[in-house]
Amino acid sequence: VSFIRQLKNKLRVKKTVIDFLLLENKQLNKDNFLLVLQSPKPLSDIYPGQFMNIEIREATEIFLRRPFSVLDVDFEKQTLSILVKILGRGSKKLTGARVGQTINAILPLGKSFTKPGNDDHILLVGGGSGVAPMLFLAKTCGLKPEQVTILIGARSAGDHIDITDYLSFGTYHLTTEDGTLGEKGYVTDHPIFVEKLDIYDKIYTCGPDAMMKAVGRRALKENVFCEVSLENMMACGFGVCLCCVEDTKSGHKCVCTDGPVFNVNDLKW
Amino acid sequence: MVNLATRIHKLDLKNPVMTASGTCGYGEEISDFIDLSRLGGIVVKGTTLRHREGNPYPRMAETASGMLNAVGLQNKGVDYFIDHIFPRIKDLDTHIIVNVNGSTIEEYVELTERLSELDKIPAIELNISCPNVKEGGMAFGISCPSAEAVVRAVRRVWNKTLIVKLSPNVTNIADIAMAVESQGADSVSLINTLLGMGVNAETRKPLLSTITGGLSGPAVKPVALRMVWQVYNAVKIPVIGMGGIMNATDAVEFMIAGASAVQVGTAIFIDPTIPVQVIDGIAAYMEKHKIHSISDLVGSLQC
Repeated sequence: VSFIRQLKNKLRVKKTVIDFLLLENKQLNKDNFLLVLQSPKPLSDIYPGQFMNIEIREATEIFLRRPFSVLDVDFEKQTLSILVKILGRGSKKLTGARVGQTINAILPLGKSFTKPGNDDHILLVGGGSGVAPMLFLAKTCGLKPEQVTILIGARSAGDHIDITDYLSFGTYHLTTEDGTLGEKGYVTDHPIFVEKLDIYDKIYTCGPDAMMKAVGRRALKENVFCEVSLENMMACGFGVCLCCVEDTKSGHKCVCTDGPVFNVNDLKW
Repeated sequence: MVNLATRIHKLDLKNPVMTASGTCGYGEEISDFIDLSRLGGIVVKGTTLRHREGNPYPRMAETASGMLNAVGLQNKGVDYFIDHIFPRIKDLDTHIIVNVNGSTIEEYVELTERLSELDKIPAIELNISCPNVKEGGMAFGISCPSAEAVVRAVRRVWNKTLIVKLSPNVTNIADIAMAVESQGADSVSLINTLLGMGVNAETRKPLLSTITGGLSGPAVKPVALRMVWQVYNAVKIPVIGMGGIMNATDAVEFMIAGASAVQVGTAIFIDPTIPVQVIDGIAAYMEKHKIHSISDLVGSLQC
């Protein structure tokens, strides 16, 4: 047993604190920014759903780090990109960071989405900054584009981010609450959700709580595999503060280390 | 070369920096970031006789220069600790100190007796100051008679180093410190979190599920320093100082105010490498100021 543990530890990617260089800070629309961060050393493996906890400097009212899912990684260039949506003080401050500035982050944190099987057909449902891990998953899942359906919801046309770089990885569907782009309504109002969901082997979702709950409950009802990525408020991000707990069927679980990705079957949804 | 060694009763520490209970799990959780054997000691997560689920979410809120928490001693209970966690950490080259909690005196005693079966637990930190549990916890630490009663009872069943963790939520912390010293405490550690609360003005709802919680981080440091200084002047037993230590300078300030050792807590959430940075920074400070031993620093406040 101890040998297996040693082996597991060897294979496990170590969490580290890295001073990144901010290479790019691009405003995508009113509230969304794309930040590209360069590491001074080779990046270890990082998978869709995992996150990094970023220190917000020079702001006394912001004490804790802020967690961000990874949108993309380029191991050759040693860069990571994240999508930052302005939600509060921390994200607002971070979007004001200047190119060339140092951004300190702890990574890789949390558990990733389950990799789909080779023949799986998958549905990815994203909203808000939850689009980031969905696009990352679409790009890295290794499936043919016809096996990957991506549904993205936003309030209005202007809130959708440009997905041009990811178009080749699947079939895209958009919704807006005001009907200014794609289908009108919530993601769960889209024709995809009018049909039966069992044509998909796996459903993955990340976004606002209400959206994930709506998607998760439908998946539960139709008994389709579904993973959701929670974002409970956390202090540390690596399992010591025990603040970000989710009340699951097996008791309080830390979203930062037991998640953020959970199978909807394990939640009290 | 400076000598960082310090002593808390019978406990010899290689340096004065420990990690505070509830901020580093059982040490393992931060072993990716630091070499745990560098630490003077690890005070593990608050342990209770039986499994506790802790308080409902939300149990944390950020504040200016700090945070509120209301975790409520979530842990798997002492049996799980003894059977599953302790075997993995007992051979670490640092002291493992268990933070002991109970809702009754009997629970404190029974838990301590269980721990006394173990080798390699050279000290316990008796927590009579947790503000986030309904029964016991801080209730024991805010009056002299109840603090005396729990220390007296635990002292009978624990012959190794007994540290008592004090609550800052009292009128006069020096009185409580003297009370626990009179019942045989070998050391006091302070401060636990300050009782606070947060409100959302938009929803008019409390930020924590428990309404009130414990404030920690740099926001509490001046209060903690004052209390360490008051307690240092009131008791003969060594004082372990904590409250908002983010760097070596903060730690040195606590030692000047009277702390023989310090604990780094909330800072670990921000950067788990801070405890080691604090150790190195204390050494650099001592070299710069030509201080050869920690004891020359402790209580050296020039009034």
